[in-house]
Amino acid sequence: MKRKKTYSPNVIIGFVITGAMLLLILIGFIHTPYDITKMDSSAKLAAPSLRHLMGCDNFGRDIFSRVLKGMGNTFVIASATVAIGTFCGVIVGAFTGYFGGLLDEVLMRVNDVVFAFPSILLALVFVSIFGTGKYNVIGALGIAFIPSFARIVRGEFIKYRDMDYVKSARLAGVGPLRMIFVHILPNTMPVLMSSVMIGFNNAVLAEAGMSYLGIGVQPPSASLGSMLSESQTYLFSAPWYALFPGLMIILMVLGLSLLADRGEKYIRK
Amino acid sequence: MEQGLLKVEDLNIEFHDHEVPERVVNHLTMELRQGEILGIVGESGSGKSMTAMAIAGLLRRHDMKMEGKILFEGKELLHSDRSALRQIQGNQIGIVFQEPMTSLNPVKRIGWQVEESLRIHRQEMPKEERYQRVIKALEDVELEHPKRIYKKYPHELSGGMRQRVMIASAMICEPKLLIADEPTTALDVTIQLQIVKLLQRLNQEKKMAVLFISHDLSLVKRLCSRVIVMHNGDMVESGLTEDIFYNPKEEYTKKLISAIPKLEKLV
Repeated sequence: MKRKKTYSPNVIIGFVITGAMLLLILIGFIHTPYDITKMDSSAKLAAPSLRHLMGCDNFGRDIFSRVLKGMGNTFVIASATVAIGTFCGVIVGAFTGYFGGLLDEVLMRVNDVVFAFPSILLALVFVSIFGTGKYNVIGALGIAFIPSFARIVRGEFIKYRDMDYVKSARLAGVGPLRMIFVHILPNTMPVLMSSVMIGFNNAVLAEAGMSYLGIGVQPPSASLGSMLSESQTYLFSAPWYALFPGLMIILMVLGLSLLADRGEKYIRK
Repeated sequence: MEQGLLKVEDLNIEFHDHEVPERVVNHLTMELRQGEILGIVGESGSGKSMTAMAIAGLLRRHDMKMEGKILFEGKELLHSDRSALRQIQGNQIGIVFQEPMTSLNPVKRIGWQVEESLRIHRQEMPKEERYQRVIKALEDVELEHPKRIYKKYPHELSGGMRQRVMIASAMICEPKLLIADEPTTALDVTIQLQIVKLLQRLNQEKKMAVLFISHDLSLVKRLCSRVIVMHNGDMVESGLTEDIFYNPKEEYTKKLISAIPKLEKLV
């Protein structure tokens, strides 16, 4: 039963952009052209050239190197955030959706409270209690991301828990844990995977937002968000300083959005 | 043969999700002997599926009230706790549902699904033996190329094949009772007959009692030794198949029988 797959241009573009981004991130982990903290006073706000592909910032640091590192940071934070959100969300959603009743009511109301709380505010509270830094950003965003995953998974479980094959598995004597994780969870994969991709995008944006506000990754570490906020002063004298970090954020989000849009259908096949 | 396998005594099932409680099964009492095929017939909404679900232990909702007794080999099922019920489910009672299209998990292989009961109830059984049992069960339900079917996914099989797979997975632990809840309704007529013959053969070979629930009177007549007629949650009449079909006492039964398409008499 092999059929030839035809990909729409959206998917191809999505693949290309995401692939290029991942490649850049990988390069950033292995090697950057310049040390990201090394300042070159002769190259302050230098325009893009062959020596500095994306120019230099106000301290004479190579923007290309900083963008590579910043993307790496963003990628790690967004991945960890989504991992926490998905893991906890799946557990909460699976149990509430499958069992229903009082447990469902209580956990979902807690969920609603977290959901209603603006995630930036939650992150601010978190960071002001535990301090700034990579791991606290991950923790803050991770908690803020649980409710949306929990809801999606809960909805799926409600849909599947009364299916005939679940009933017949129950009749075969399958216990609740095995039922949830072995019988039902694989069925939720198509929806879960595309929400993971969308969640990843939201995490990228949230991380950039937090760094922009100065409560995310702290200098001298590189971050796309903090680069954007630093570059504001030089928007007219050195537009490339703002352009490249911003462009990278857009591309990261755009690539995965295009994939997520179509991804669900391909997984279903 | 005369020993009672399943006894249902004064079973009442009520829904409480509306303002006025809705009674779907009303004072039902019945008995199923070892190795017997009992038919339950009735129109849609007569409570026959509800009875089957109650026996299978699938009615566990907080908005539902159940009274009476269901005794399986002397053990009370209706009010026993879940873990005790799970010991019996799959192991001693198997069930086949109406809709073969939705009763198999679409993301799991056929063999894996048939094997599931064995994995739970026969944990000590070695892997290889379980595999052989599954292949044997697939052969028993007259599926060709069982080894190939073992590796297939549900969407690769036809409705009749899936229903056979369902029967195989319900029977893998060699239960004493098979509940068939309208197993033929979603299938076309030729396949219906094959499934009925298959059930008949399995009943004779394995000495397994069958509770056959259907609204198709001609199939019930062919298959069952005794019949219960239900209407609006009440048991209207029960007795030997010949008595019910050739000498019905109640008005409702007579109407039901006269509703059988006449062509059936030629068969």
